[in-house]
Amino acid sequence: MIEGALWRKWVFYNIPLILFVFVLLFPFYWMIITTFRPDGELYRPWNAANYQPFWTNNPTLDHILYLFEETSFARWMLNTMFIAIVSTIISLFCGVLAGYALARLNFPFAGGLGTAIFVTYLVPQTLLFIPLAEIIRNFRLGDTPWALILTYPTFLIPFCTWLMMGYFKAIPKELEECARIDGASRWKAMVYIILPVAVPGILSAGIFAFTLSWNEFIYALVFLSSPDQKTVPVGVTSELIRGDVFFWGPLMAGALLGSIPVAIVYSFFVEHYVSGITGSVKG
Amino acid sequence: MAMVSIRNVNKVYDGNVHAVKNVDLEVRDKEFMVFVGPSGCGKTTTLRMVAGLEAITSGDILIGDTVVNELPPMDRDIAMVFQNYALYPHMSVFNNMAFGLKMRKFEKSEIDKRVRDAAAILGIETLLDRKPRQLSGGQRQRVALGRAIVRHPQVFLFDEPLSNLDAKLRVQMRVELKKLHERLGTTAIYVTHDQIEAMTLGDRVVVMKDGVVQQVGEPLELYNTPANRFVAGFIGSPAMNFAEVTLSAANGTLWAVAPGFRIGLPAALAERAAGLAGEPATLGIRPEDLHIAGAGDPPELCLEVEVEVVEQLGSEIVLDTRAADTAFVASVEPTLRVRMHDRLRLAMNPNRLHLFDAKTEAAV
Amino acid sequence: MAVTAVSDATTRPVPRLRRLEDERWLALTLLAPTAVLLGLFIAYPFVEGVLLSLTNTRVGVEGGFVGLKNFHKIWDDSIFRTSVWNTFWYTGVTTVFKLALGLWLAILLNRHFRGKALVRAFILLPFIIPTVLSTFAWKWMFDPTFSVLNWTLFQLGIISQRINWLGDPDLAMASIIIVNIWRGVPFFAISLLAGLQTISPELQEAAAIDGARPWQRFWHVTWPLLLPVTMVVVLFSVIQTFADFQLVYVMTGGGPANATHLFATYAYQIGIGTGLLSEGAAISLAMFPFLFLIVVVQLLYIRRVETR
Repeated sequence: MIEGALWRKWVFYNIPLILFVFVLLFPFYWMIITTFRPDGELYRPWNAANYQPFWTNNPTLDHILYLFEETSFARWMLNTMFIAIVSTIISLFCGVLAGYALARLNFPFAGGLGTAIFVTYLVPQTLLFIPLAEIIRNFRLGDTPWALILTYPTFLIPFCTWLMMGYFKAIPKELEECARIDGASRWKAMVYIILPVAVPGILSAGIFAFTLSWNEFIYALVFLSSPDQKTVPVGVTSELIRGDVFFWGPLMAGALLGSIPVAIVYSFFVEHYVSGITGSVKG
Repeated sequence: MAMVSIRNVNKVYDGNVHAVKNVDLEVRDKEFMVFVGPSGCGKTTTLRMVAGLEAITSGDILIGDTVVNELPPMDRDIAMVFQNYALYPHMSVFNNMAFGLKMRKFEKSEIDKRVRDAAAILGIETLLDRKPRQLSGGQRQRVALGRAIVRHPQVFLFDEPLSNLDAKLRVQMRVELKKLHERLGTTAIYVTHDQIEAMTLGDRVVVMKDGVVQQVGEPLELYNTPANRFVAGFIGSPAMNFAEVTLSAANGTLWAVAPGFRIGLPAALAERAAGLAGEPATLGIRPEDLHIAGAGDPPELCLEVEVEVVEQLGSEIVLDTRAADTAFVASVEPTLRVRMHDRLRLAMNPNRLHLFDAKTEAAV
Repeated sequence: MAVTAVSDATTRPVPRLRRLEDERWLALTLLAPTAVLLGLFIAYPFVEGVLLSLTNTRVGVEGGFVGLKNFHKIWDDSIFRTSVWNTFWYTGVTTVFKLALGLWLAILLNRHFRGKALVRAFILLPFIIPTVLSTFAWKWMFDPTFSVLNWTLFQLGIISQRINWLGDPDLAMASIIIVNIWRGVPFFAISLLAGLQTISPELQEAAAIDGARPWQRFWHVTWPLLLPVTMVVVLFSVIQTFADFQLVYVMTGGGPANATHLFATYAYQIGIGTGLLSEGAAISLAMFPFLFLIVVVQLLYIRRVETR
């Protein structure tokens, strides 16, 4: 690197970076502080004399308790967890197999199929949610977790396939050729040699798929109706707002707790997640 | 152990790239056969067809008495060593070597015995618990070899196995491969682009170019009597000198004439080339068959050259010289005192002259 | 045939029937689960959606074929026109800012400093935390009476009275745009950082030795090499933003007075909110030609960038 004076480093690098980090993280701080702030402080106008934005001296667990006692929040968490895990497993299964086929096998229409999957990668959920709601109803899946478990793979599979394709292509072909000469069938060469080698890629795709499922909103909003079936994002939205009244304390508590599973998974696999992002933008 | 027969085999990719054309040869039992040629000559494709990794467009490949055209690689009873070794990165050295035996459902005790035997032969007993990434290039190479030999296959296939090693290690492994083949006696097909490997390792060598077999023969046969200009230029280092000449008969001698020199062909060669008098041809002479002309050299085998570059190698001197339009590389005594731009008189070894048809490039 | 040339001793084993050794069968098997799921829940609903948009179906009322009536109707609908305009404005403005800020952040991160891994992990949080949940935090921050944003601006002396962020159409749009940028910048930054890291520092040094100033080095060396990654990142981001739903749904619900609707939120309001399924389907399908055009144009451009 070409280095300059210390003050330049601060003006051009450190200070902007600190500002970026501050702005990007402040909403989370606000979420946390609101969660533990008693209602009396929460609804104090900002031009009041004793308005104290960044700290509270009377932390409370009331909002969190409200969440667990007055709403089905625990249930929503379990629903979301279940749906996210199962749809991630389904998508990984499909995506790994399809990615392998597209990366490694010669067959008619391989190119066309690859493009087709890439195009579905670009189909947003909001394009199809209305007809899909009808189909879900016709299949009698409405208001069950399966409505989401079966539809989430539609946006997860293309992503997993695309990511795994890139990953498989980076594994030397000779590995499986050698395995096949060593006496493995194509299928065994894939299962015993290529898949173990691709574990980091599979993890990346899995983490990504998990966070995407946890984040999904419109399908969950449209396909589920009874409070006990809801996922965290939908439950928080529909049960903690009554008409025009926002229960900000529980809302922020719900947002905070609802984010924690994703944040934990993320924190364990940051590197895989980042390589998932970078893998997905490499053609 | 078995012989491998390649009968009139063709490979056409996507209906238009003809990668291998009518290859027809037999690799004898216990033979070490080397396929050599420049990249894209079809040697690797041929090997991969023997392995079953590429489908055969037409023709038959037999291992022993069995036509293997339709057999998947796992049923061909072969072992292959790849250029990048293709060691399974998630398995220990032991498991890498045991994988093929496990796939074939060998007893655990038998697997253990075979792996340890192979490891002993290759001197890698202490590495069995390591992962491939903890090994040096030479060690990886040995593991790849070990993985092939534990299987006791009918045929070994080698796809440029030494080209990822540094020069010193390559020479060492070449010797070991030779010893290993001596000891095991398994039929082997070895693909390389390196003519030195071909010459040193092969019982016989197949030279290929553009999908066509140019010549099959023992190393010295290729060196001494190359079938055509391509083989002549490919085998031997530094490469053979070629001069574009016109043949003309005068005074009972057949002369090879070019601007700057003319060489009187020795009787045996002249006899074979008699029909070509008046035609253009290519004269070939190896650098080691050129020497500084002395009193005993007949004048019709001598030519005047100017030295352009002097490469002192210690054991010899390689001179890049020029006679008018034609460049001659000569390999001469290391004691010679010679400088750039010196003019020299070189003489050719009469028994070592080669002549090639200008159009067909075949040896005369 | 070659068979006649083969001596009697040779055997020509018929390979055991193993379909999966044949690449085509194996490929078919491996692709089948994906094809079934995508066919059932993407291709089929797409066709169904097109058919639906040509009827007058409502919730609970099976409708008949009405041709392009729904499309005529939304064409004349001023709210629909507003949402088309909003969608383009929203997508355009946020993309420019996300790209500029993301690139800046990527450059800031593309150095060695203590705690770099930690900073990188933390700045991705806006991207991974569920959008709905983090958007609620913003909505709460934008609260005109109780929250921190107005307080800060007041303390800094920028405003003298409260601003009703989400109550005014223009300010509401601006607020949504800010939140979208906030959420998108990390994705841009991390992707572009990955792109930057593939550019060999020797190129920078070579350019510096050739006498290029920092700005010239960026413009003539870094930017052209970064362009392929940039294009793909922009493509993803544009499509996601164009079809966005959750952010607007939470922040304004399309209000005030339907001023901040996008395609998706308006389709939801008509199709699910009021139960005019066919009209809602028509509105969300109206996104399709635009999306298609965006994808085609960008893919062509990416191809051009990559092949040059």
